Amino acid sequence: MSVYMDNNATTYMKKEVLDAMLPYYTDIFGNASSKFYKTGRDAEQALYKLRESVAKNIGAAHANEIYFTGSGCEADNWALKGIAFANKGKGNHIITSKIEHHAILHTCEYLEKHGFEVTYLDVDEYGVVKPETVENAITENTILISIMTANNEIGTIEPIREISEIAKKHKIIFHTDAVQAIGHMPINVQELGVDMLSLSAHKFHGPKGVGMLYIRNGVKIDNLIHGGGQERGKRAATENLAGIAGLAKALEIATDNLDENIAKLTKLRDRLIKGIQESIPYCRLNGALGDKRLCNNANFSFKYVEGESILMMLDMKGVAASSGSACASGSLDPSHVLLAIGLPHEIAHGSLRLSVGDDTTEEDVDYVLEVLPPIIKRLRDMSPLYEDVLKGDNK
Amino acid sequence: MYSEKVMDHFSNPRNVGEIENANAVGQVGNAKCGDIMKIYMDIEDNVIKDVKFKTFGCGAAIATSSMATEMVKGKTVDEALALTNKAVMEALDGLPPEKIHCSVLAEEAIQSAIEDYKKRQGIELKSDNKCDFCCKKCHDID
Repeated sequence: MSVYMDNNATTYMKKEVLDAMLPYYTDIFGNASSKFYKTGRDAEQALYKLRESVAKNIGAAHANEIYFTGSGCEADNWALKGIAFANKGKGNHIITSKIEHHAILHTCEYLEKHGFEVTYLDVDEYGVVKPETVENAITENTILISIMTANNEIGTIEPIREISEIAKKHKIIFHTDAVQAIGHMPINVQELGVDMLSLSAHKFHGPKGVGMLYIRNGVKIDNLIHGGGQERGKRAATENLAGIAGLAKALEIATDNLDENIAKLTKLRDRLIKGIQESIPYCRLNGALGDKRLCNNANFSFKYVEGESILMMLDMKGVAASSGSACASGSLDPSHVLLAIGLPHEIAHGSLRLSVGDDTTEEDVDYVLEVLPPIIKRLRDMSPLYEDVLKGDNK
Repeated sequence: MYSEKVMDHFSNPRNVGEIENANAVGQVGNAKCGDIMKIYMDIEDNVIKDVKFKTFGCGAAIATSSMATEMVKGKTVDEALALTNKAVMEALDGLPPEKIHCSVLAEEAIQSAIEDYKKRQGIELKSDNKCDFCCKKCHDID
């Protein structure tokens, strides 16, 4: 049996999405900037329609607020560097949180080396950025606030609307990384009140290698990629029309089926969470609860065992999952997100992220619930930490 | 990422468990770094009659513990003390660079158990550990 439970990492591409992409590799292969012949004009017109479709599906007021990029990571890099460098005359202070994706955190560290100051906000035990901490961190030099819509490791949904109101009140540009949120919760940039929003197609059954940055009209931003005049002179590179068609189609499907998909995934997620909590002692659910959590994400810490070992044993049973342990990532420390919610290192090392998708079945969930408890037990039986616990319990 | 031998020792680890009334017990690593190895030995006439381990750690930590215990079983104390992390790694057909750390822990877990044995025998042993349990990945140790 093979069960894919790593939909927060990436998703399979839908057949309809592939079908929407294929014509742009063969029939309509023209360069959208080549307007003096038919295939170029066809490409240009297609791009226009795709941009309109994306704008509609994220609630943007205008199609020209949609900028296609090569990834979600590029969109995040562009948002931060572009705003920082375009607004350095106004100030040098950026506010973000400790639990952002590395696309944000490492970009902030880069900006710190270039004279910017960054406040990394603490989160509460569930991973929530408290709006008042954002307001308290604002200085006269603050030029940008960037807080993710929902966390990629523990699934916590952040209070974006409240934070956007604070940003608006202080006339500070607000960016949100919605890479995990799209397709898993309603996203409307105008209702959220954000100035910029990043997304990535492969997280919602689109192709890899294409993302988008929404930039509200009126926001002053420098270019990240210099070259030709594509994307209204803001992002050079011949448009990846097939990729953009894939992104637009995947977003359309995700938007059309949102309520139904959320209901389905929430049910699977809760079956998984409840099942694990009932069958495995000494475990901790990380992240927010109920509707404050992404409908597809479950993240657990299993005390006295290490995450990479869990992943390897799950893989032997055909289950694909992910961990925040240092060993699995090759870095020295366990997940910065798990540390930020207050987990001690040794507990963070034993974390497991299981994320369901639209092809996940109840049987898949039940299979994981069947194979996971013996894996944890086997690793605990091998663990000197668990031995100490058992001896302690016997005293 | 891992060799077949590592996968074999990870999925079917040899010598897992505890030895009741072991006359040598050593533990190295710490939970903060995500690796702890505990070794139990039954030593008779300077020969390691039996050895068992318990490990909290990644796949490489479990596999190196398993391999190291197999390599010292039946050996004399001095032979076991001569076991290097490099020998454990070679026996496993290599480890990824970021996992070399685990083989160092395995070497030191064996040494730690033998130190405990010598201490119990009233023999003082000079300690010369490579690992200070700094949580780093030991890239510079071969």
